[in-house]
Amino acid sequence: LMTAKSLASKETVNGRCWFYSDDDDGISVYLNRELHAMNTVVAQLQTQFQDYLVSLYQQGFLDNQFTELRKLQDEGTPDFVAEVVSLFFDDCSKLINSMSRSLERPENVDFKQVDSGVHQLKGSSSSVGARRVKNVCISFKECCDVQNREGCLRCLQQVDYEYKMLKTKLQDLFNLEKQIVQAGGAIPQHFPSYTILRPDIRPCLDA
Amino acid sequence: MMEVCNCIEPQWPADELLMKYQYISDFFIAVAYFSIPLELIYFVKKSAVFPYRWVLVQFGAFIVLCGATHLINLWTFTTHSRTVALVMTTAKVLTAVVSCATALMLVHIIPDLLSVKTRELFLKNKAAELDREMGLIRTQEETGRHVRMLTHEIRSTLDRHTILKTTLVELGRTLALEECALWMPTRTGLELQLSYTLRQQHPVEYTVPIQLPVINQVFVTSRAVKISPNSPVARLRPVSGKYLLGEVVAVRVPLLHLSNFQINDWPELSTKRYALMVLMLPSDSARQWHVHELELVEVVADQVAVALSHAAILEESMRARDLLMEQNVALDIARREAETAIRARNDFLAVMNHEMRTPMHAIIALSSLLQETELTPEQRLMVETVLNLIKPIAVVKKLPITLNLAPDLPEFVVGDEKRLMQIILNIVGNAVKFSKQGSISVTALVTKSDNRAPPDFFVVPTGSHFYLRVKVKDLGAGINPQDIPKLFTKFAQTQSLATRSSGGSGLGLAISKRFVNLMEGNIWIESEGVGKGCTAIFDVKLGISNESKQSGIPKVPANPQHVNFAGLKVLVMDENGVSRMVTKGLLVHLGCEVATVSSSEECLRVVSHEHRVVFMDVCTPGVENYQIALRIHEKFTKRHQRPLLVALTGNTDKSTKERCMSFGLDGVLLKPVSLDNMRNVLSDLLEHRVLYEAM
Repeated sequence: LMTAKSLASKETVNGRCWFYSDDDDGISVYLNRELHAMNTVVAQLQTQFQDYLVSLYQQGFLDNQFTELRKLQDEGTPDFVAEVVSLFFDDCSKLINSMSRSLERPENVDFKQVDSGVHQLKGSSSSVGARRVKNVCISFKECCDVQNREGCLRCLQQVDYEYKMLKTKLQDLFNLEKQIVQAGGAIPQHFPSYTILRPDIRPCLDA
Repeated sequence: MMEVCNCIEPQWPADELLMKYQYISDFFIAVAYFSIPLELIYFVKKSAVFPYRWVLVQFGAFIVLCGATHLINLWTFTTHSRTVALVMTTAKVLTAVVSCATALMLVHIIPDLLSVKTRELFLKNKAAELDREMGLIRTQEETGRHVRMLTHEIRSTLDRHTILKTTLVELGRTLALEECALWMPTRTGLELQLSYTLRQQHPVEYTVPIQLPVINQVFVTSRAVKISPNSPVARLRPVSGKYLLGEVVAVRVPLLHLSNFQINDWPELSTKRYALMVLMLPSDSARQWHVHELELVEVVADQVAVALSHAAILEESMRARDLLMEQNVALDIARREAETAIRARNDFLAVMNHEMRTPMHAIIALSSLLQETELTPEQRLMVETVLNLIKPIAVVKKLPITLNLAPDLPEFVVGDEKRLMQIILNIVGNAVKFSKQGSISVTALVTKSDNRAPPDFFVVPTGSHFYLRVKVKDLGAGINPQDIPKLFTKFAQTQSLATRSSGGSGLGLAISKRFVNLMEGNIWIESEGVGKGCTAIFDVKLGISNESKQSGIPKVPANPQHVNFAGLKVLVMDENGVSRMVTKGLLVHLGCEVATVSSSEECLRVVSHEHRVVFMDVCTPGVENYQIALRIHEKFTKRHQRPLLVALTGNTDKSTKERCMSFGLDGVLLKPVSLDNMRNVLSDLLEHRVLYEAM
């Protein structure tokens, strides 16, 4: 334990050691040192990773299922999430292709096929935690039920857009993961409990 | 006989000619004699001043009488009567008298007249002299004017160059010089360099050593010294066959340094640097240097020295001022940077400090609680170490804290546990911090609409949500009601509280307020006043958990028997590759040995008595999936051999559950399944061999 200069004092009372500090500064100097020690590349990357991940949740790209998915990844299966996710994206593209073929000709639309495709997509996306994709699938299914080809086409487009967007985002996330691993750090598993909720309190250098 | 007559027989000369001539001369003499006085009178009358009038009269009389005499003489050449002779005699007598008198008078008068003449001469000389002097004075006055003008010109500028140039130009004009030059000492001080000239536009840069005798001669005296036109300092231009070079004068110009200035002591000593000013009269003009001109030159030299010193001082002070300004600007920037850095650091520290303290309090609290439980000695040591790191505040203070929970509070709620904990810790921490004695009571209840609440906040409980109200009351220092609005502002501290002694950065309440707002709630503080304690109250919206309705879920969350599913063989059937992979991953993570199939036919083929559980996906519409359950039942007649069947479905409705039950499935799980859920389900399943509801 670092004694914060003269601001803190140590006392032995009843055989126990008490560490007193007159004000917060004693603690904060100690904390500062710890913080400085934490200021390594790994910590920065980890923070970056966490912030990015949190933002994906906040923006609605991912939901709780993704968290569950991440829980399943351990030393025995280090690439579990990446594998599942890539399988999901392959699935997406295959399904979207087949569905777009079905919806191609306006007079000959096989809504059953489209419906089954949407069902598959919905199932996959909910397994993976791709929230936005899943939501589009829900509206897609509705359009399919009423056999609204225009609606279906719109939803198809949106699904395509959403899954590609998610693909890019997750790619960035996995890159960050790789960087952390390469830098010798561990991938943060849980969200920080005490996130600083005032990101606007940043040291600003323009008075 | 002849008669004697009284007639005087003139000697009638035989020479009649001679007689005639005498006659004529006498006549002319008479005329002349008569006219002279006339002339005299005329001119005397004409002149204003003539002191000797009576002498004139006398003289006139004398001459008139002489004239008369000669006139009368005319009659005596021929026979004349006695009267004539009488008259003649009278005239002669008178003339004699007057002329004697005149002669006598003249003896007195002539010296006087002569002295008048002398005086006149004297006066004339004087007048001439005065004229000369007048001329001189005028010249001097003119010179003085020139000097004043020159000085004015010189002193009107503080620029070195202008000063020197003006000097030369003006001097050249005033004194009508042929050439005028200024020699300045070089940096080394060993040579004089020709710096400025009047006529030549670009003087040739050449130098003379400073130790020349002629230069020394000039430098020792403050007066202007005539020097030879052939000396090196005066040979400025190639001699172009002039017959006689004009006279040359040189004078020293002291170059004053700042350090030379003492208050009482006009510098004329010590380090003397001089410049040399050389002035040349026009050649072939036979002009000479006059004294007043030399004086003029000396005066000018002094003025130039003064002006140059002023210019030097000004330059110096401008330079110093510029330097100071630069330094000021730099200092200002540095100060501002330092200030912003300090501000930034303080801000950062304050936030970090607070953010770190709150978990510290939590750690303290929890560690203290932990201490109360049963611990092995090692564990106790570790806990005590943790506690020793930070000063526990509440333990030292020994404030009793009581907790009251309303009976209608739901058992399980949905919400942000960690942040709720943070809020509570913060508020309770504040209560502890600001209470020296007394007790602290924490009350939790369900907010009803009729409860007292701030007027702008409406409690609208829905079926799935309710508002939790937590009241923390302390009997501590209290707060002035006027200060209450400021409490939730970041960093604002009130003076009435003994905040200095208890530390704290004022962030806690602001952060708590933010959390409470995020939970769609409200937080406020009530206080009677200083010293009367205060109550902090907050409402937050929490979800009512459905889990409280369930009875099937095992009450003991972690079944010790089946926590470890190592080697448990299971089969997963799912058409959807992705969800198949996810489910497999889930089970593998729990330690199971997982086999996967993608269709019911494959499932039937693969399933064996070794598989303890079969998870089948029934999401795809159609009844076929459920058929597999029947097939499996058919395949495994003996109950203990049959694997347990669990359906994974996306529907939560009753019909699905009923259908599952009817097809002989042992359980239904809602997709997507969480890890904890799966763990619980598996353990429960294996323990009871049946799972009622897991949704």
